[in-house]
Amino acid sequence: MSCQESRKRFKIKIVKNAAIIILFLGILLFPLGASALNVKEYHLDNGLKVLILEDHKAPTATFQIWYRVGSVDEKIGKTGLSHLLEHMMFKGTAAYGPKTFSQTIQRAGGMDNAFTSRDYTGYFELLASDRIGIPIGMEADRMRNLILTPQAVLSERDVVMEERRLRYDDDPENLLHQEALAAAFKDHPYRWPVIGWMSDLKTLDPADLVAHYNTYYEPNNAVIIVVGDVQSDQVLAEIKKAFGSIPGGPEIKRTHPAEDAQYGEKRVYVKKEAELPSVLIVYKVPGIGDDDGLALDVLAGILSGGKSSRLYHSLVYEKQIALSAWASYEGLYRDPFLFYAAATAAHGKKIEDVERSLLDEVEKMKKDPPSEREVRKAKNQIEASFVMDQDSIYMQARTIGSFEMAGGWRLIDRYLEGIRKVTAEDVRRVAAKYLVADRKTTGILIPEGKGKK
Amino acid sequence: MRARGRNLKRRLILFAGILLLLSPLRASAAAIAEREVLPNGMVLLHAERTGLPIVKVVLAIKAGSVAEPPSKEGLANLTADLLNEGTTTRSSRDISDAIEFVGGSLDTSGGADYATVTLSVLKKDVRLGFDLLSDVVLHPAFSEGEIARKKAVIKSSLIQQKEDPGTVASKAFLKAVFGDHPYGVPPEGTEESLDAITRQDIVGFYKAHYAPNNAIIAVVGDIGREELRALLDRFFGGWQPGEIADRPLPVLRKGDGPKVVRVQKDITQANVALGHLGISREDPDYYAVSVMNYILGGGGFASRLMDNIRDNKGLSYDVHSLFSANKFGGYFEAGLQTKNESANAAIGEILKEMERIRAEPVTDKELSDAKSYLTGSFPLRIDSDRKIASFLAAAEYYHLGLDYVDTYKEHISAVTKEDVLKAAKKYLDPKDYVLVIVGNLEKASLKY
Repeated sequence: MSCQESRKRFKIKIVKNAAIIILFLGILLFPLGASALNVKEYHLDNGLKVLILEDHKAPTATFQIWYRVGSVDEKIGKTGLSHLLEHMMFKGTAAYGPKTFSQTIQRAGGMDNAFTSRDYTGYFELLASDRIGIPIGMEADRMRNLILTPQAVLSERDVVMEERRLRYDDDPENLLHQEALAAAFKDHPYRWPVIGWMSDLKTLDPADLVAHYNTYYEPNNAVIIVVGDVQSDQVLAEIKKAFGSIPGGPEIKRTHPAEDAQYGEKRVYVKKEAELPSVLIVYKVPGIGDDDGLALDVLAGILSGGKSSRLYHSLVYEKQIALSAWASYEGLYRDPFLFYAAATAAHGKKIEDVERSLLDEVEKMKKDPPSEREVRKAKNQIEASFVMDQDSIYMQARTIGSFEMAGGWRLIDRYLEGIRKVTAEDVRRVAAKYLVADRKTTGILIPEGKGKK
Repeated sequence: MRARGRNLKRRLILFAGILLLLSPLRASAAAIAEREVLPNGMVLLHAERTGLPIVKVVLAIKAGSVAEPPSKEGLANLTADLLNEGTTTRSSRDISDAIEFVGGSLDTSGGADYATVTLSVLKKDVRLGFDLLSDVVLHPAFSEGEIARKKAVIKSSLIQQKEDPGTVASKAFLKAVFGDHPYGVPPEGTEESLDAITRQDIVGFYKAHYAPNNAIIAVVGDIGREELRALLDRFFGGWQPGEIADRPLPVLRKGDGPKVVRVQKDITQANVALGHLGISREDPDYYAVSVMNYILGGGGFASRLMDNIRDNKGLSYDVHSLFSANKFGGYFEAGLQTKNESANAAIGEILKEMERIRAEPVTDKELSDAKSYLTGSFPLRIDSDRKIASFLAAAEYYHLGLDYVDTYKEHISAVTKEDVLKAAKKYLDPKDYVLVIVGNLEKASLKY
């Protein structure tokens, strides 16, 4: 998923061809079908929201707790707090000694991890469903009782700096993404990376981390999501028992930042040791709650939904100037985010030609409506992914959570309904409206040869 | 951020995937699927699961890079990659458009031991899916145009791989450990070896290895026996068995003394891979080694390497060890990334932990935690149609048996502290190893 950091390195590498783009769209926006309707919603007196989806296909379950806090809630000079706190959440409480959370889950045959995004921080466990009580007790404990010593914070800060070196400083394409977003947003906190700026990590004050924890980790700022082979009543009773006695905290005052106007296209260049040049274009667009967001999603499918899609077919297959080419609508955010169009040059090809071909395809979308078959295909892909994703309890929970954080899990149904109504003319209209210079930032990666063998 | 395409990583995942798949457990008495050898020799594994209207198919062909002739590195992968790029009656785009129109997928992948073609469709499109699957496997065109196109794409991605220090380290590591053995060569081959591959080579390789008696088909999802039988008759009934000749493989030999490979890159971290030959997937010591490695560096935050190097010293974000066990051999690797300046310290800790687990028995708690995880996490390995299909193909290929859910648990439960110590002494060598470092060599000033 875009722009997320995680405590453990996910060993998932995906081959960059058009096929993955479907996968990504699937993960991000095309989840859950009919069974989304079967989500049961509960509210505890302390403000904690609980969403349970029973799925009895296999004897496993996932327990997840999502906090409404991410890098969007941070300030200049103190970026990266949310993600570092996510790391610290595994360190220990009085009841669970240092480092024992993951060990306890693994001893039960389960696995756990966490993720931080611009808008939220989530913790999850996956295990045999008859052991679901174990994470419930642990998550309730660490919501309030985390031990945060300055030494432990600074040691983990060093780990995060290594993570930053790995993911950004030594990864040219991620670096390009970081720089493009920093340029695209002028005054909205989406401009900094979730992991934070290296300079802020270096000067981190552990007291700020404690304050961050005390402010945001409370039941009225959290949502529990359970999916799997469980009985709702039973699991709800266990959740009430573990979390019910935690008092609700004061209401969290949030700023509602809005990005100020943009006056023309912006361009950034990243010069870095790399092999192939690449281009990443981002356009500011409305979120999934807006009807135009649905048409933008179909647009992304037409451009990038597989090897038969326009970008792959034109840039990779026909012209053979790109190693990969893709587009993606990123609408599941608290505030309006971006539409991406990107390509990496094939060996020996000029990035100027790649960029021009990419933009040619964007311009075509603005000029003429796509064919009915293309629209139908994009919709079929969305609907099929909704069903396919239900093969995984983890993906179902992630989908429910992502929609919940972006405005409410019930948007899932509205989303599917809305997608069905999108017309070819809608697609052309939103392309013409949003894929324009005053919303656009272009990033170019220029490989530098130093240090080659 | 979008993960980036790297064929080598793909193989690593395949390795890792196999490890994962096969290191599971919890009791479940019934066989997980029905097995049948079809009249043309293809092995069918079928698990009907009606919870969701989808069908997942994994067709595994024993045509991985271990089957390709020397000096034709990349041939097996190229052959697999070309399957869905055109048949005698359908163009590349006909195929992708047909499957993508119904929201399905049909992907090919060349591995070290076997190649796979994976189909994913909604139940209502299962006939179309089998039609396409059969067409790409039975009637690939291998046109000159598509061959040239695919070679260019693979070459570009080989070049792109060079900007990922982790991939550079892995490739150098496997090459140093395996030498001329096919496991030491990336399945995609090299820029030079691809140039030497002709259409004739591809067609010859295809004819020699793509036969039903050399294939396994795993079908999982909402499809009953009768419907499946009819589809197999219709779309695979005419596939004729052939004679399969196994390629003799070079003997794997241990090195004599540490071997250090240094690659200069102007980056902030040193990427380190340290290890040597390991065991094959069919080695009886596999289970003791699994427990031992979980404690050493395979068990995430429950492992010694993670506890020491990350949690206590803050030296690395990702530190791990693994035994990748394939059909004809395997390797042990401990890996991490750390800022260039700490490379020596981090490598020293890896070697220290290897020494320690060879010198003294693990604690009772470490042993019981490892066994508890390995046996208790089996349900997670097979909790979706997709995972079950991949598991079935691997279980068949490595002769694990359809009751593996139970036998794996028995094997792991039987491992003792002495077994772990013995496995560590036998399969870890802190003196005779390959060490690869990719990073800023001046800053790292390696003392190894």
